[in-house]
Amino acid sequence: MASEGVVAGLAAPSGLRSPSGPAAPPPGLEVMRPRRRGTAAWPWIDRAGYWLCWAAGIGLCVIALAIVLYMLVEGLSYLSPHLFVTSPAPSLQQSRAGGFLDPIEGTFILTAVGIAVAAPIGIALAVWLNEYGRPSGLARAVESAIEMLAGAPSVVLAIFGLLLFSQSALGFLSQSTAGGAVTGKSFLTAGAIMAILALPLIVGATREGLALIPNHMREASHALGKTRATTIRRVLLPSVRVNIAEGTVLGMGRIIGDTAIVVILLGATLKTEPASSVPVIGLLRGTGSTLSNYVYYNSPAGEGNAHQKAYAAAFVLLIIVLALNFAVTRLAGRRERGGAGARGSWRLRTWRLRWSE
Amino acid sequence: MPAGAAHRSPSARFGGGLRARFGGAGADRRTEQALRALAALTLVLIAAMVVTVFIKAWPSFKANGLAWFGSEGDVDTQLRAMNEGQALPGHSILYIRTWPLIWGTIVTTVPAVIIALIGSTLAAICLTEFASAPVRRTLEPIVRLLAGVPSVVYGLVAVLALAPFINDHLISEARRKSVAYVVQLEGDNLMLAIVILAIMITPIMVALIAGALASVPPAWKEGSAALGVNRWRTIVRVSLRTARPAIAAATVLATARALGEAIMLSMVAGSRGFDANPLDGLTFLFEPVRPLAATIFQESEGLTIGPMSHTLYAMGAVLLVSAVLLSFAGWAAKQPLKRYGIRA
Repeated sequence: MASEGVVAGLAAPSGLRSPSGPAAPPPGLEVMRPRRRGTAAWPWIDRAGYWLCWAAGIGLCVIALAIVLYMLVEGLSYLSPHLFVTSPAPSLQQSRAGGFLDPIEGTFILTAVGIAVAAPIGIALAVWLNEYGRPSGLARAVESAIEMLAGAPSVVLAIFGLLLFSQSALGFLSQSTAGGAVTGKSFLTAGAIMAILALPLIVGATREGLALIPNHMREASHALGKTRATTIRRVLLPSVRVNIAEGTVLGMGRIIGDTAIVVILLGATLKTEPASSVPVIGLLRGTGSTLSNYVYYNSPAGEGNAHQKAYAAAFVLLIIVLALNFAVTRLAGRRERGGAGARGSWRLRTWRLRWSE
Repeated sequence: MPAGAAHRSPSARFGGGLRARFGGAGADRRTEQALRALAALTLVLIAAMVVTVFIKAWPSFKANGLAWFGSEGDVDTQLRAMNEGQALPGHSILYIRTWPLIWGTIVTTVPAVIIALIGSTLAAICLTEFASAPVRRTLEPIVRLLAGVPSVVYGLVAVLALAPFINDHLISEARRKSVAYVVQLEGDNLMLAIVILAIMITPIMVALIAGALASVPPAWKEGSAALGVNRWRTIVRVSLRTARPAIAAATVLATARALGEAIMLSMVAGSRGFDANPLDGLTFLFEPVRPLAATIFQESEGLTIGPMSHTLYAMGAVLLVSAVLLSFAGWAAKQPLKRYGIRA
């Protein structure tokens, strides 16, 4: 922008883009602005800052591209279809050590369990904090406790989970050894602790959405004779759907990427091992692994130490993260564009509200 | 914002009978009570978590006293003795001096956060103030992607691609020999840990700082521009100053991430409970360290062993306390911004 010559005095105030322009010449004199009204007139220190900014921005992108491309090249060269369909097998020979079918399966199960626990609790907490929040002391305490959870190290959460779920009263969530000691390791226990990781993200995103809903929407619903509970259920929650989805996807990203909780709370096995033959419950009470765990196991720091497999699995992990990222970008775009659309859907919603109850 | 909380819904008073199906006011009250109970339960659970970790950690603190935070002997040997169940001669089984581990945490976190703070502030300015709309549209997803990359992937790239390079090209034989009598220099070391940690936390900070910069009221910047101040000075004097509390909050969150990072650091930091010495000059950067969180993660198999578990929970308690202090600092940092009605 700002490459055209402008008649002084008629020049539109273009805000920040033109603070460095020359002082206005006498009226009637036409001035040509330089083609790039850039940083030429700035003191050198300001110019240095300007270029440093660009260097930082571009540097960040170069690092991102380097990592993604490196993983792409390394991952693709080791990736083969059979890795996706075979289970890991303990073998010294890499060709016989199997693929990562079970870890992929485990990633999805664990994410599903974690989100199934975190989403309802997170949404309920956000609604309470934003719509009720009484007594205010409790609200403030809950708020700061959730903020603390966002900063709590996942490895500490994991060892707390192990302590909690190896109590014999909670033995039904995992398995017991022959001696009667509860292991505390299963998809359910790991998922419950994963939910703690996702909770602050879901609460934050939902609250952000709720805070942006203008009060007149609530008042209109009340004027139609709806209770506050109904208003929340039929008006507020539907209009923050996009925010909830965004928080949930961010939470999924956190769950998929975390390794410490998996290693400590999901057992050291690479294969999915159901606790019993009961279809769903047995699987959830059993142990297994996830992709992040598989990458760690096959890295030089882990026991497997097969870097081809680690690269291949990390590549798949990165693709999942990219997909989630794409989802967040799409959702954020919808939220941003949502101005008019959201109002429209709100009108539709009052209409539906009137006829459905 | 207690939106809509000030007035009770009219239906609670007048329209109860019309919605007998939903129970009217009674159901409304029950909803609030249920939600409040859930909130209270969450609070109790979180408090219980902190208390349990401390109860479990107490024997270790009690046996060592304040010397728990001190430095004496080799912390790796002490941990190994605990794992094997044989007390070191002349000491109890719970004997541990964790200063090298705490020092390892400090010496990785602080430089990484400083690097990330500078880099992310500059990148956020670039993103919000200088980049044109199409550039911004491409940069934003990239930042978000970087923030979402699992730490184990960063660790893998670092340990497989960067560590051998550092080992082969950056550490000279003379340097290796100069400290050979205390520690062996390898490719996975403090420098790699700091660099990767900084790369890991920068995108998180960029996202938060860019959000704060974007929410600076345009009128403030226009006011500065109208006074003839150039763009860069406007950004530094107005935008950055307004966003200062948000920058502090972002720093706090990033520090919490760095403190708690276990996987990546256990892969790249060298995993040696060594008291890296800044007085060694450049060699300092090539010395191995072992941060607290990474230690908990690596020794987690020992959680079934009594003394070992007390020690690990004690380290966890120290990390939890740091997280609480950090989140308090973050809360304090956000307060000034609220005066101007800006959400951080």
